[in-house]
Amino acid sequence: MNYLPGQTWSSQPAQHHHQFASASYNTDPSAHTSQPIVTGTSVIAIRFKDGVMMATDTLASYGSLARFMDIKRIEKVGENTILGASGDMSDWQYVQHTLDKLMLREQNENDGHILSPSQIYAYLARVMYNRRSKMDPIWNSFVLAGVDPKDGSPFLGYVDLLGTTYSASTIATGFGLHLAQPLLRKAVEGREDQIEEEEAKRILEECMKVLFYRDARSLNRFVIATVTKEGSKISEPYSVPTSWGFAEMLRGYGPQTQ
Amino acid sequence: MEALDMNRLKKGEVDLGTSIMAVAYDKGVIIGADSRTTMGSYIANRVTDKLTHLSDRIYCCRSGSAADTQALADIVTYYLSLYSVNMDQQPDVKTAANLFQDLVYQNKDRLSAGIIVAGWDKKNGGKVFNIPLGGGIFEQPWAIGGSGSTYIYGYCDATWKEGWGKEQTLEFVKNALSLAMRRDGSSGGTIRMADITEDGIERHFIPGDQLPELAGKIV
Amino acid sequence: MASQGTGYDLSASTYSPDGRIFQIEYAAKAVENAGTVIAIRTKEGVVIAVEKLVQSKLLVPGSNRRIFNIDRHIGAASAGLIADGRHLAERARDEAVNYRDTYRHPTPLKALADRVGLYVQAYTLYSSVRPFGISTILAGIDDVRGPQIFMVEPSGVFWGYNGCAIGKGKQLAKTEIEKLDLGSLTLSQAVEEAAKIIYKVHDEAKDKEFELEMSWIGPETDGKHQLVPDELRKEAARKAKEALDDEMED
Repeated sequence: MNYLPGQTWSSQPAQHHHQFASASYNTDPSAHTSQPIVTGTSVIAIRFKDGVMMATDTLASYGSLARFMDIKRIEKVGENTILGASGDMSDWQYVQHTLDKLMLREQNENDGHILSPSQIYAYLARVMYNRRSKMDPIWNSFVLAGVDPKDGSPFLGYVDLLGTTYSASTIATGFGLHLAQPLLRKAVEGREDQIEEEEAKRILEECMKVLFYRDARSLNRFVIATVTKEGSKISEPYSVPTSWGFAEMLRGYGPQTQ
Repeated sequence: MEALDMNRLKKGEVDLGTSIMAVAYDKGVIIGADSRTTMGSYIANRVTDKLTHLSDRIYCCRSGSAADTQALADIVTYYLSLYSVNMDQQPDVKTAANLFQDLVYQNKDRLSAGIIVAGWDKKNGGKVFNIPLGGGIFEQPWAIGGSGSTYIYGYCDATWKEGWGKEQTLEFVKNALSLAMRRDGSSGGTIRMADITEDGIERHFIPGDQLPELAGKIV
Repeated sequence: MASQGTGYDLSASTYSPDGRIFQIEYAAKAVENAGTVIAIRTKEGVVIAVEKLVQSKLLVPGSNRRIFNIDRHIGAASAGLIADGRHLAERARDEAVNYRDTYRHPTPLKALADRVGLYVQAYTLYSSVRPFGISTILAGIDDVRGPQIFMVEPSGVFWGYNGCAIGKGKQLAKTEIEKLDLGSLTLSQAVEEAAKIIYKVHDEAKDKEFELEMSWIGPETDGKHQLVPDELRKEAARKAKEALDDEMED
C-alpha cells in the first residue's frame, strides 16, 4: 500500500492468483478497514480570476481494467460548491448521499442560510476524520471547490481518508499530485487574480493531457467544472488532442537504427 | 467470481466462476449466463440457473460466492415483495439495484458478490445496473460480469450498438457468452437467457452442444 | 360535554362503554380552535395556505412559521398545538430521510403519510401519552402519482384529498374549495384562490390579527416545495382583500 499523501490507494492492484484487484477478507470482526476496489484517479483544481475550476476524467478502474468509462467524479453540492473525488467509487457514492442529506437538512430549515463551501468542507473533513478514527476510513481523496455566496470569495480545499486537510490555490490528488501539481503551481501561483476563465481551462486541459500520457489509470475523456459567483457548471465530457507522431522514426532502445 | 480472489472463498465454498451479462434494448432487457458452478476445479453443477428472479419484471445475474449471492438475492426478493404490497405498485429496477448496493456496501469486507441487476419497469423501461465488489452502483446500457467477462470486453465494446431490437440483442448475448465460456475455465455448460419486457419473461436455452461456433481454428 | 366526569376521558388507553376514545376527540377540539389551514391540488401542483393567528403585536412578522419543508418535494402544515406540529414535521423529515436511505429515491407522498399516520396512531394507545393535538396536511409531488394532498388526523387516520381544510374555518373553507374548478386551475390561480379563501374564512370579530402564510410546489418552483415569494403572496392577499370588500358591498 502506498501511503504518500493523496495517493493512498494502490495504483498497482494487490496481486493474488489473478491480475485483478480484490477486496480483503478479514477474519477479525473488529477490523472494518478494507481496500478500494473500483477506483477513480486524479482530481486537479485551481483558483482563477472569477472563481475556481476543477477537472477529472470519467473513468472508474477495476484494478488495471478500465471498467466503467462514463462515470461522474465531480458533483454539485448545492449551487455554489462542487466536489471532486478520487479513490473508491462506492465510498464516493456514499459521500454524495451523505452530503445530499446534509444539504436537505439545511434546506428544510428554510431560514435563508445557505451552507458556504468552507462550511461544507469543514463538515466533510469531520466525517472523514471520524471514520478514520473508527479504523474504517472512507477511501477517497476529495477536492472541494466553491465560491462563497455571500462575499464572493473563492475556496479550494483538500481532504483525504485520514482527515488530512489543506487549502491552496492549486490542488491535485493521486497521480496528479506528482505530475500535475508542479505544473499547476508554475502556471497559477501568484497569478490567481489575473487568470481568465479561458486560460484556466487551458491550464487544466494541459495537465489532463500530461496525466493521460503518464497515468496508466487515466482516460482522455474528462469534464471541467467551474464555480463563479454566478453559480457552478460541469461540462460535458470531452477529449484533448494528443501527440504521438514524433515517435514514428524511433528505433530500438539504444544504438539500433532500423 | 470476478476472476480475482479465490482466496476470499472459505474452504470448500461453491464458486460461481461465471460469465454473466445483461443488455438493455428498446422493448426491455436481455439477460444471460453460463451454467457452470465449481468447487475449485470440480464442476459441482453443469446446468446451474444463474438467472435469479427478484420480482415480476426484475432479475439478477449472480457472480461470486454462491452462498453469499443467494442470501443477498433472497433478502432483496423479500424487500421487493414487501415493497410491492406496501406501495401498491411494482418496484423500479433501480430500487432493486439500490437495495443490493446497500447490502453489498455495508458488508463489503464480508461478501464476495458481483451482481448485475436488470429488468423492466413502467417508468424507465429496460434497465441494467452493475454492482461490483465493494458495493458501488453503476448504470450501464450493457453490463458483463464474472471471471469470463474479462475475456470479452473487447468483443462487446466493438460489437454493441445502440438501438438494437430483440433478435439482435439475443444474438449478441449468445455470442458474447459463448466466447467467454470458450476461454474461461470457470465458465461453461449451457447458455441461459431471459428476455424481460412489459409482456413478461421469455426464457431461451442454448444446450452445451449447440453453442455458436465463432472461432474458426483451435489455437 | 357528556364524556366529562365519567372517568372514561382521562386516558387514551381507555375506551368509553360505547367504544370511543375521548382523548382523541379532545385532540380534535384542539384542531378546531386553531387557525385555518387549507391545501388545494391542481393538475400542475399543490398550494398550502395558512391563517397564522398572531398572538401579539410584539412578535416579529414572519416568525414562528407554520408551513414546514419535509423533503425537497413535500411540505406540511398543521392546525392545532403548534409545538405538536413542529414535532410531527421533524418526525416526517426523519421518515423521509429514512425512505431515501433505504431506496435511494425521494419518498412517495402516500408512503410518507402512511408512516406519519402510524406514528400519530401510536400516541392513541397508551395511558402515559396524549394524542397529537393537530391535524397535519402533507402536500407535494412525486414522480408516480403527481401532485397529492394527504391529511393526517389526531387518530392517525389519513385520507387523500383534492382540496382540504382544517382548523376554525374548515367548514366554510371546504365549501369555497368545492366551488373551484380544480381541473382547470393553474398553480398561480390556485395561489390567489387559496388566499381569497383564507381571507374569507378569517373571523375578524374573534381574531384580530393574522398573517397569510403560503407555500407551493409545481412547475413554477421546479418541483420543489417553497414558500410563495413575498411579492406574489402580497399581491394575492391584496386581491383577496379586494374580493372580500366587493362581496361586502353586494
